[in-house]
Amino acid sequence: MADEVVLLSFWLSPFGMRIKIALAEKGINYDYKEENLQDKSPLLLKMNPVHKKVPVLIHNGKPICESLIIVQYIDEVWKETCPLLPSDPYHRAEAKFWADFIDKKIFDSGRKTCMSKGEETEAAKKELIESLKVLEGELGEKPYFGGEKFGFVDLCLIPFYTWFYSYETFGSFSMEVECPKLIGWAERCLEKESVSNSLADQQKVYQFFGQMRKMYGIE
Amino acid sequence: MWALKLKGVPFEYIEEDLFTNKSELLLKSNPVYKKIPVLIHNGKPISESTVILEYIEETWPENPLLPVDPHERAIARFWIKFMEDKIPIMFAFFLSNPGEKQDKAKKDCLEVLRTIEEHGLKEDKKFFGGTNIGLTDLVFGLLAYQWELMEEIVGVKLMEVHSFPRLHTWAENFKSVSVIKENLPDRDRLFARLKGRKEVLVGSSKSH
Repeated sequence: MADEVVLLSFWLSPFGMRIKIALAEKGINYDYKEENLQDKSPLLLKMNPVHKKVPVLIHNGKPICESLIIVQYIDEVWKETCPLLPSDPYHRAEAKFWADFIDKKIFDSGRKTCMSKGEETEAAKKELIESLKVLEGELGEKPYFGGEKFGFVDLCLIPFYTWFYSYETFGSFSMEVECPKLIGWAERCLEKESVSNSLADQQKVYQFFGQMRKMYGIE
Repeated sequence: MWALKLKGVPFEYIEEDLFTNKSELLLKSNPVYKKIPVLIHNGKPISESTVILEYIEETWPENPLLPVDPHERAIARFWIKFMEDKIPIMFAFFLSNPGEKQDKAKKDCLEVLRTIEEHGLKEDKKFFGGTNIGLTDLVFGLLAYQWELMEEIVGVKLMEVHSFPRLHTWAENFKSVSVIKENLPDRDRLFARLKGRKEVLVGSSKSH
């Protein structure tokens, strides 16, 4: 029986991009369905009734929600190809810890930096830069968070690269100045086809935030 | 702790004084968040309760606490994350005093309970995962025993048996598992501790 894999997502979502990268790493064919978050499809509402959010992976009709859970699921089901998580339990725990840190510390502060002004932006930007520096510390001199190879933590963080230009412009700072190692790391990740084919365009992201800011009167 | 006991893993428990004096061991083991819980296994620290639970599961695979099937595992993890994310809502209710904030906290809490009742628990399953206790049940453990006492302290009952029959059945099943039953704290002492904690954090209720 052929596997039927469907991904419901929104082009801007860094969480959705994680899934695209994971599926590409494993060489899995899938159907992509773009969701309009202002007008969610009946399929999305049925597949994720609790949160009604993207991304959702539908494998042979069964839904899996929450991006980190989806990535782990993909890793477990297609375990022969290209493992995303380390095999040792302690290193796995470390990887999951950092993925969780990214979810807690990067998304919200990044979004606030782009969608606010004045003092609120300053506060959000401070938290964002602090958190990015902690991650930079964790990366150290390694080529990837996963060590010699691209791994789970790299996959979780790299989609946020598409928002870097927006962070810099709306937050008035330079990633190259604040987190040069992360820029180097991101460029290394982008050399992988699975990554470069899965990421949104930075300029498009910036334009989108520009439109949202106008819509919400943040200028 | 329940996870380790269910797996029969011997361990040393170190109580932390969170308010005045976090130990050097804690600060060294969890430099990023400086929070509990932290598990230290053969000198190596693991932080964040969900991460710790999965580590325990992988390191001591006897008495498995997660399903084998990947889709079932994904569902288990979904509900673990759900509860972890909602704990602040539950505590906001516990720490609330009568007024607008409490009304909102009540509403938020009821929504959480309703979601669990309707989507998380299945009629024919004894526990979240099925016939045996699992990690998801441990994460929801708060609702099985402590929650009733917390509602009493607030003076507002939310988890009524007629509105949440599945949750009540699950709570009874949970408490009857021997490892859980043997480790339930004394009701009156727990009540006093919780009441004391609320008083330290917010001061006593001004009504009655």
